[in-house]
Amino acid sequence: MATKKNSVLLKNIGLGLALGGILTLGYSAVFDLEGAGFLWSCLLALLLGGSLYSYALYRDSLPGIHNDGVWFNALTNRGVWGWLLGLGLTAFYITIYFYPTLLGYHSEGKNSGLVAFFDPLSVLLNGRAATQWFVYGCLYTLAILLFGVKFMFKYRTEKYQVLRTLSIMFFQLGFAFLIPELLAKLNGDAPYFAKDLKNMWPLNYYFFEEWHLDGMLQGGSLGLLMLGFGLVMIFVISPVLTYFYGKRWYCSWVCGCGGLAETAGDPFRQLSSKKISVWKLERWMIHLVLVFITTTTLAVLWTYTADENNALGLQQRTLWYGALLFFLSLLALLGGYYRKNLPTDARYAMYSVFALVLITLVMRGWNGQNPLFGVSGYQLRAWYGFGFGAVFSGVLGVGFYPLLGSRVWCRFGCPMAAILGLQQRLFSRFRITTNGGQCISCGNCSSYCEMGIDVRQYAQRGENIVRSSCVGCGICATVCPRGVLRLENEGAQNRLNDPVLPMGNLLKTTQNG
Amino acid sequence: MKKAQNSVIIIGNGIAGITLATRLRQKSDCPITVVSDEHPYFFSRTALMYVYMGHLPWDQLEPYARSYWSDHKIDLLQERVVSLNSTEKTLACASGKTLRYDRLVIATGSVPKRLDCPGAEAQGVQGLYHKQDLDQLEERTPHLKTAVVVGGGLIGVELAEMLQSRGIAVHFLIRENEFWDGVLPQEEARLIGQHLEAHGVTLHRQTQVAQIEKDDQNKVEAVLTQNGERIPCQWVGITIGVQPNIACFKDSGLTLDRGILVDEYLATNLPDVYALGDCAQLKNPPKGRNALEAVWYSGRMMGETLAETLGGNLQTYQPGPWFNSAKFFDIEYQTYGRVSAQPTATENHWYWQHPDKNCAFRIAYTPDSRRFLGVHALGIRLRHQPFHDWLLQGADVDQVMEELLHAHFDPEFSTRHLETIQKNFFQNNLQTQ
Repeated sequence: MATKKNSVLLKNIGLGLALGGILTLGYSAVFDLEGAGFLWSCLLALLLGGSLYSYALYRDSLPGIHNDGVWFNALTNRGVWGWLLGLGLTAFYITIYFYPTLLGYHSEGKNSGLVAFFDPLSVLLNGRAATQWFVYGCLYTLAILLFGVKFMFKYRTEKYQVLRTLSIMFFQLGFAFLIPELLAKLNGDAPYFAKDLKNMWPLNYYFFEEWHLDGMLQGGSLGLLMLGFGLVMIFVISPVLTYFYGKRWYCSWVCGCGGLAETAGDPFRQLSSKKISVWKLERWMIHLVLVFITTTTLAVLWTYTADENNALGLQQRTLWYGALLFFLSLLALLGGYYRKNLPTDARYAMYSVFALVLITLVMRGWNGQNPLFGVSGYQLRAWYGFGFGAVFSGVLGVGFYPLLGSRVWCRFGCPMAAILGLQQRLFSRFRITTNGGQCISCGNCSSYCEMGIDVRQYAQRGENIVRSSCVGCGICATVCPRGVLRLENEGAQNRLNDPVLPMGNLLKTTQNG
Repeated sequence: MKKAQNSVIIIGNGIAGITLATRLRQKSDCPITVVSDEHPYFFSRTALMYVYMGHLPWDQLEPYARSYWSDHKIDLLQERVVSLNSTEKTLACASGKTLRYDRLVIATGSVPKRLDCPGAEAQGVQGLYHKQDLDQLEERTPHLKTAVVVGGGLIGVELAEMLQSRGIAVHFLIRENEFWDGVLPQEEARLIGQHLEAHGVTLHRQTQVAQIEKDDQNKVEAVLTQNGERIPCQWVGITIGVQPNIACFKDSGLTLDRGILVDEYLATNLPDVYALGDCAQLKNPPKGRNALEAVWYSGRMMGETLAETLGGNLQTYQPGPWFNSAKFFDIEYQTYGRVSAQPTATENHWYWQHPDKNCAFRIAYTPDSRRFLGVHALGIRLRHQPFHDWLLQGADVDQVMEELLHAHFDPEFSTRHLETIQKNFFQNNLQTQ
């Protein structure tokens, strides 16, 4: 009993500290509150208080995952609190995208309010006053750290979950936040999204844009290193890692969007829709995004390479022929092996992508004077950056966590997820193995799948789960009460099994179930 | 697809009846009607507890989208069948409706056994099997502070977990020395018992109900045990087992014993009438299987089998090696093959238990030829495939333990208990030789 009392006390202290931090933030937004001391205390209170609260919350519970009352809670069952939180988050995103002055950001002159409150940290890291994006980066990182700690306490019995979360926190804090800010001090300014070192094309869709390419090409050895690293990431490291481990190596171990979904979004994972119609929509959406991102990237590259004065001092014709050969072989390989193995939408998307690549390459090989398809690539990009980057990933993606679940962006809008998903479906060894005939169709796996995969539909047939959208978070296996699911990379020969019957019955039958 | 004009009526939409309906539809386009008065749609009965605990909303208990049934031309009828007339080939429903069948499949499942003691009919005494039982419990829940669960089996422990999750104090009355010790050997039973107590459940071992006290409104007030203890409570859950739900077939001409007697084709004594799932009793059960198996997996396999027969490919029921699973609060249980509650002259056991975690492993084999009989584990996930194969091949225990790591199914990065188990097994073996 004494420990229970202690836990309540610790919980209250933690909550008090965290609330103090939040109130300080709120106060600074309304009445200017400047001074490094306030900022440090506020951040410290948030981090300490939040961690203490999480610790106290789970310290008395026995090891094991307890989702008791998730569907009774008005915060996590799309109830009143869920709607209020959703509206609040959406309002915050709208403010930060369209009305940054309300937060105190002033491009000319001194900052005020919330943005000014973060000035000391910004100056320390990148030598400049804060912007609304700096504040956003801070809060984003803070959220991943705080809710990451909570997540690790909740899932402490599962080493996979703990390691994965440590990785997410590490990459967010280091690669997405601290290092880019410090580099900015050395390298001059770049917008927030350009700074996430672990992002690669197509998630950072600007990779092949002129300013970005020029920046790298003219940025001395560091710039060239980044260009080389970026290209190797896209064409070598990423496919190889996806082959061995599935797209989870990125989506639920590294990525910041996934990181926020896994940590702050964890209480809302069960809200993703499992309807067949939504799955259909998801597949069309994600493949269209892939086609779109390829088109715009090509358009931008087109314009870039047509410009004789660009920083690319390479033999352009040789480059084009090389690329042409590369993509032709890839197309032949893919088309030959997998034509019949893919759903219609994925096949169309693949055809379109490769047709686009081919058309561009061929046209560019002859001459390259006009904008591709009559549109400026930059125009398309601007539209995408706004439509997808801002509205989709921010407002819909995060603002609607409490209404649509935590992975809306990853499911419907992320071009990176689309590419890695194709690789996972076609080349990877990764799958979720179903343990013979042990499934009892309870539905916990499907319900807690943040990507809206109806895992049970496979498990109850004794079939392994090989889906391009699976981010490998492993929660389905964690919540399964009968030990039916396991994430696996080894021995891929029976990866796509198609059992006639779930294991157990010795009946001879001819038809699949 | 085979054309058939013989309509099939299935009474009961549990796992047995529904597996039959969905698989038969792939083989034949005969009219299929599934009749149930419990709920129009198939749901996972084993997961009822998760709705009460708030893990799942009701609609996610249904494994098929509701459009599935009309898309596949499987008619769902919410009716209560009250009698069968096998000469006319008709069923009478409680609503007065009459249903005509060409072929009839009875998959009515079980009903909870009732407690035979004074006060057992009081308000607030119930079992947990049907959706209606859950609704009833849900309705009572706001008034509950203390509950008594009678019967140390699988549904009992689920009920205890459910009630605990809603902040209701649970007294768990077990007739035997330990929880489920008719099935689990002492060590495992004790481990589970301690785990229940760690979760705050009050265990009353070797305790039976003498009487249920009620107030003047016929509501439960307390349970009096045969040991003379009085436990004040507002609700009593009876989980002393289930029995086939066959009351309405008493005068139908069906041969009944504990369940509806069926042959190896799952056919009853009446023409074109079959029975499967919990309510069916096998006249000649296959080796190593019981005549009555009220288990999800058995219901499913019977459904798979009868779908072949009704689809025109006559097949006997041939379940493979036994397997089962359960979860006791946080401890998962899996078993393959047979492990008795106690070693016998024809069954040796080797047992391993983790010094402080809730993990245990037991393997059974014959003393003379060391043939592998079965295995079960607590808190360790085991892969079905290798055990299925070893049991079919008649592998010996040494081969199984040699190749044990094939059965590793715990999540990545978790402690590989099977390695320790394997090492201990061979060390012990060396010492005994």
